[in-house]
Amino acid sequence: MQDEILTEFLNEATEFLDGLERDLLGVESGKDPASVVAETFRAFHTMKGTAGFLGFDDLRMLAHAGEDLLAAIRDGETTWTKEVTDVLLQVLDGLRMAVAVAAGEHQGLDAKAHAELIARLRAMTAPKSAGTPGSPERAASPQPKPPEPLFKPAAPPPKRLEPAQQAAPPPAPESPPPQGALSPSRPAASEAEHATPEASSTLRVPVPVLDRLMNLVGELVLARNQLLCHEAAREDARLAATSQRIDQLTAGLQEAVMKARMQPIDTVFSRLPRVARDAAQLCGKEVRLTPSGHETELDKTLLEAIKDPLAHVVRNAVDHGIERPEARRAAGKPPEGTVSIRAFHDGGHVTVEVTDDGAGVNLERVRQKAVANGIIGAEEAARLPERQVLELLFRPGFSTAEAVTAISGRGVGMDVVRTNVERIGGSVELTSRPGHGTTVRIRVPLTLVIVPSLIVASGEARYAVPQANLVELVRVAPEREERMIVEMQGTSLLRLRGTILPLVDLGSVLGGGPAPRSSDGARQLVVLSAAGRQFGLVVDDVSDTEEIVVKPLGRQLQRLGIFAGATVRGDGRVALVLDVLGLARRTGVLAEGAERADAVQRATETALVPRRPFLILRGKDDGRMAIALGEVTRLEEFGPSEIERVGEGEAVQYRDTILPLVRLSALLTERRHRPRRPEPPPDGEKLQVMVQEWQGKPIGLLVDAVLDVVEEAAQIDSSRARPGVSGCAVIQGRITEVLDTAALLAHRFAPAEGRGGGA
Amino acid sequence: MTEALQICTFVLADRTYALPVDQIQEVVRQLECTPVPLAPGAVRGLANLRGQITMAIDLRRRLALPARPPGAAGVNIVVRSEDGPVCLIVDEVGDVLEVPGSALERPPDTLREGLRQVVRGLCKLEDKLVLLLDTSRAIDLGSQTS
Repeated sequence: MQDEILTEFLNEATEFLDGLERDLLGVESGKDPASVVAETFRAFHTMKGTAGFLGFDDLRMLAHAGEDLLAAIRDGETTWTKEVTDVLLQVLDGLRMAVAVAAGEHQGLDAKAHAELIARLRAMTAPKSAGTPGSPERAASPQPKPPEPLFKPAAPPPKRLEPAQQAAPPPAPESPPPQGALSPSRPAASEAEHATPEASSTLRVPVPVLDRLMNLVGELVLARNQLLCHEAAREDARLAATSQRIDQLTAGLQEAVMKARMQPIDTVFSRLPRVARDAAQLCGKEVRLTPSGHETELDKTLLEAIKDPLAHVVRNAVDHGIERPEARRAAGKPPEGTVSIRAFHDGGHVTVEVTDDGAGVNLERVRQKAVANGIIGAEEAARLPERQVLELLFRPGFSTAEAVTAISGRGVGMDVVRTNVERIGGSVELTSRPGHGTTVRIRVPLTLVIVPSLIVASGEARYAVPQANLVELVRVAPEREERMIVEMQGTSLLRLRGTILPLVDLGSVLGGGPAPRSSDGARQLVVLSAAGRQFGLVVDDVSDTEEIVVKPLGRQLQRLGIFAGATVRGDGRVALVLDVLGLARRTGVLAEGAERADAVQRATETALVPRRPFLILRGKDDGRMAIALGEVTRLEEFGPSEIERVGEGEAVQYRDTILPLVRLSALLTERRHRPRRPEPPPDGEKLQVMVQEWQGKPIGLLVDAVLDVVEEAAQIDSSRARPGVSGCAVIQGRITEVLDTAALLAHRFAPAEGRGGGA
Repeated sequence: MTEALQICTFVLADRTYALPVDQIQEVVRQLECTPVPLAPGAVRGLANLRGQITMAIDLRRRLALPARPPGAAGVNIVVRSEDGPVCLIVDEVGDVLEVPGSALERPPDTLREGLRQVVRGLCKLEDKLVLLLDTSRAIDLGSQTS
């Protein structure tokens, strides 16, 4: 019984303290101190009472001293200043510590600090006239507080209570408290305050009970999967109807239990004002925190998991994001910076955005830091586009903190934030607008227990890959393999739409042989993402996506670092769940500094070429040519009959003007110094004409066939450049000549002009 | 070691061993195992024990005994551990016996290294000597690499 009271006291105390913190900080954001004093006074008072009742003297004394200070303010003897907020926040920390001690989570209090804090409180409580700051137990307390807690059975007042209650004192500590655990000390006043109308329809449920419920539902989901598996194999209408009903009920139950485990994100948000305030104070900045979306709900376990990462991101926003007041004024911004936090649901995820209105990330400085810390080479740093520069912030060992402050640069960086968030199947990304601020976006799933996953095969075994890590499925046909898969310094690389990704063979990683090809010789790849990087995983085959219930592995298997858990599949067999981040680490895909990463890095450089659209044309002998779409004004089609001969050249009437036409084949033929063949007669098909500007006038380039328009980050290999050809590039996985039409035309017409004007 | 001890005997490669009964949850005939790549060699895999995923350890491998002849399925002794139930695969399960504490002796020093780690004591039965294994050490593969 005593334990139960204790547990409930501790729970409520923690809640009280959180509420208290909110109230105290409320004053700073303009809340009326009088109402806050009234609120917090009651909280301190109740805390004091119950602590005394349970025999936690440290707690009681601190609460008592805090209460006295509040009483002094209430009675107008002292005014609310920033110092009051500071000291009350310290009291709050002291109380938290004392609660932790009471809960047995902490060794003991720092007695000296404790005594000092109480002395400071008393000094502040003392009216200015009374010059003895340290005087204990002020007799002139305006609202005389009995020095002993109210509920000590021996206290005189209870003796005058009705007989029924009079008999109660000795067993009192044993009996469970009525409703709120903190109320027994002062039933009349505080109970009425805290018993909101909702309270009667709300029930406190211990988390382990909810965990158990969730596990049972997980089991039910599995059993349902099995049932559906059997049902499909049988032609039984009644069984089908029943299993369909069970399917629906399971889904409903799953949703309801998940909902029961949900808590508003406010429980995490409520800590943040304090975090921001402390950080701002340490860096000498002025910061306002504006949270929104308090009511967004999230699984309790996940809330716990994002608590620290979120606090870290807020601290970072204050420390690195927001500028000092002088700098802000100079930039024409209000001296007080704003950090806004927004939580919202999107699909099966919850997104939390932390946005500051600071200076944004200084890309140059990040580049320099990365070079100084040896994360990348100077040359590479200079070439890195913005998005990749921001990614550097997530590298281990990266710290932009110019000076290592008390809050930042303590070794916990964004890499830890990302690792922690990814561990729960979430993701973190950062965007920045120079001069306007930075946004960090944390995205986490709604629940952890039931995870949609893709089932992949490797040999006889089936593995589950959480869909959160899945980017896309790629099938490489044998004829494209040579172009798409490259071996480089012992590392396999996948060339995918202009980006190059490291490639890992699941079978080889797991100690089996490399994945065999499918019957048609194709290779099946799964593109995964972890820690902000993508890599390809070669598997034997992929099958369906399934909702799986992830169960933890014992410590011994967890230590392998490549499995996140295991699940029982519909057929009753156990399948392992791949830990994508662990897999990436193990295979060195994420390794830093290693030669392997170096090779990958060099290869990735091609990925840094910005994507741009290309027009793909059919060239000679089925070869492929590309023209950057930017060079083309528009694409037109003309019937063969519309083409008219004009002197030596051809032209069409186009928008009330005459558009001279040049055949691309002719341009290229000339370039190759081959004898000029007669142009193929138009065969009734529409002719494709690319209209472009040349020397200020439109000119039409007649092409055989436009195959496609693609957007690719093609890196042009200029070693094969010739006049009119910028070089070769791999586009859509095929080697393609990239034409420079301006140069081609110049080449064509320069001599022509000498001949006396062509078109 | 003076109190009576309940032990469950089992056979591995023609020799009799025993485990304390109080840590045994149940004995299960055969369970299908999903192999766990890269796990220590003694890990046969993960089995589905009525919805609960349990690690199965081949005790022959664990004790560095010759591999079980093909076709011999083995029996699972399910023991309780901090991490939940763990299956220990043995050749055959024998009897549950009550032995006086006095029948338990220190394991002989001549025991080979691999075995000594997991043996709790030597049990003198009427007709034979039985090595009593320590359950938690038997399922701890921390020291084993493959």
